[in-house]
Amino acid sequence: MAKKIMDGKEMEQILRRAAGVAEKSFGRKGFCVIGIKRRGAVLADRMKNCFANPEIPVGYLDINLYRDDFSKIGSHPVVSQTDIFFNLDGRQILLVDDVLFTGRTIRAALDAITDLGRPSKVKLFVLVDRGHRELPIQADFTGKVLDTSVNEMVEVKVKEIDKKDEVLLLDKNDMARKRPDRT
Amino acid sequence: MTWHAKDLIGLESLTRENIEDILETAYSFKEISSRAVKKVPALRGKTIVNLFFEPSTRTKTSFELAAKRLSADVLSFEVATSSISKGETIVDTAQNIEAMKVDCFVVRHSVSGAPGLIGRNVSSAVINAGDGCHEHPTQALLDLFTVKENLGRIEGIKIAIVGDILHSRVARSNIWGFSKLGAKVYVCGPPTIIPAQIDRMGAIITYDIEEALRDADVVYILRLQKERQKENFLPSMKEYSMFYGIDSSKYEMIKKGAIIMHPGPMNRGIEIKSEIAGKKNAVILNQVTNGIAVRMAVLYLTIGSIK
Repeated sequence: MAKKIMDGKEMEQILRRAAGVAEKSFGRKGFCVIGIKRRGAVLADRMKNCFANPEIPVGYLDINLYRDDFSKIGSHPVVSQTDIFFNLDGRQILLVDDVLFTGRTIRAALDAITDLGRPSKVKLFVLVDRGHRELPIQADFTGKVLDTSVNEMVEVKVKEIDKKDEVLLLDKNDMARKRPDRT
Repeated sequence: MTWHAKDLIGLESLTRENIEDILETAYSFKEISSRAVKKVPALRGKTIVNLFFEPSTRTKTSFELAAKRLSADVLSFEVATSSISKGETIVDTAQNIEAMKVDCFVVRHSVSGAPGLIGRNVSSAVINAGDGCHEHPTQALLDLFTVKENLGRIEGIKIAIVGDILHSRVARSNIWGFSKLGAKVYVCGPPTIIPAQIDRMGAIITYDIEEALRDADVVYILRLQKERQKENFLPSMKEYSMFYGIDSSKYEMIKKGAIIMHPGPMNRGIEIKSEIAGKKNAVILNQVTNGIAVRMAVLYLTIGSIK
């Protein structure tokens, strides 16, 4: 059975609080936000609205071309466009994603960022950290730490894509019923 | 995303959705070429072989750059230096190269069907880079991409393809592509170089350049191959140029907002006058730029489909 572990209100509070803390910790100089497509990009947009400085630029990163499993999965992941219209050299980047799991997405995102420029600093915010890392990667700001088993799946839903704000914990049976639309 | 195939031989066998999938993917790849570091690691460790049995500069360069921007290794074979001149069949050549563990062949050949034949005999991906008078699918895909980018749509537009339709694989791929995506395709030229029954592919035939250009959203000018005059298809180049070459007076017939395209290389002064090639609405170099993104998408999708 799917278990609801976060509702829209809590999500809103976490994003607001994280935006405030991150903005303070970075200072004003060269601060920008990059959301990992698709749901990380949505969360990045939401955080932008919470910053005291409305001028903070937001970019969106597609990491599919940087994945390490192209040969393994047997079929190509669907690629979408990276939209970062500002120079990353010397920037302080807040990287935003929905779920931190193996750490491989963040590894790919860091490689992609390196190709785009040389930021002075990159920090990571994730809405949910569900453990089971396969690489030495940790978040600097975490919305919620969840104790999960590897067989479970954390599904973050956002209004902009899924018509609803919530986070669900799914078990194997739920996953079998679900269409695999996540990247 | 539904297009899964290890080979791209032509647009004839693709559905409208397949073509839209490829264009959508190409759109995502376009941004990469505008970066300072024009490279992504998607095809790292893959080897792509350019097998060109017919000379080509632009297409080969474009495929090479596309492969390199995806971090693949590229090897280019020239017909003059290959064992073909020693009597080996193309299938043997391809299978021998495949035995060295390559992932993809990009094939150009003067005989229609050659890339398809190779594709059926190897398990690597095979992309047709132009075969005889058959198809040149990546050219048509980049043309579709360019039209969509400039006009915002393909459905419902009128495209006039002017020139030597008979010998043109570019024309054939474009007739398939544009008609599948809902455009009205006119072909125009002197009757000797308009093949009979080309209308069965979905094109509308006219020998009257005025009718072709009237209300066209896209004027697609084909290269006139000079050797065609020797084969008696045309009385003279000058006569062709006078009746079908796009000059200032014919440019006047083209409606405002229409774009002019050419697959290159141009014969300035024959099928297109220099002053027309330099017009703002001539998107010829834009086509070349888009060729990289489209070929990146095709390489990515075909190699990603190998089992």
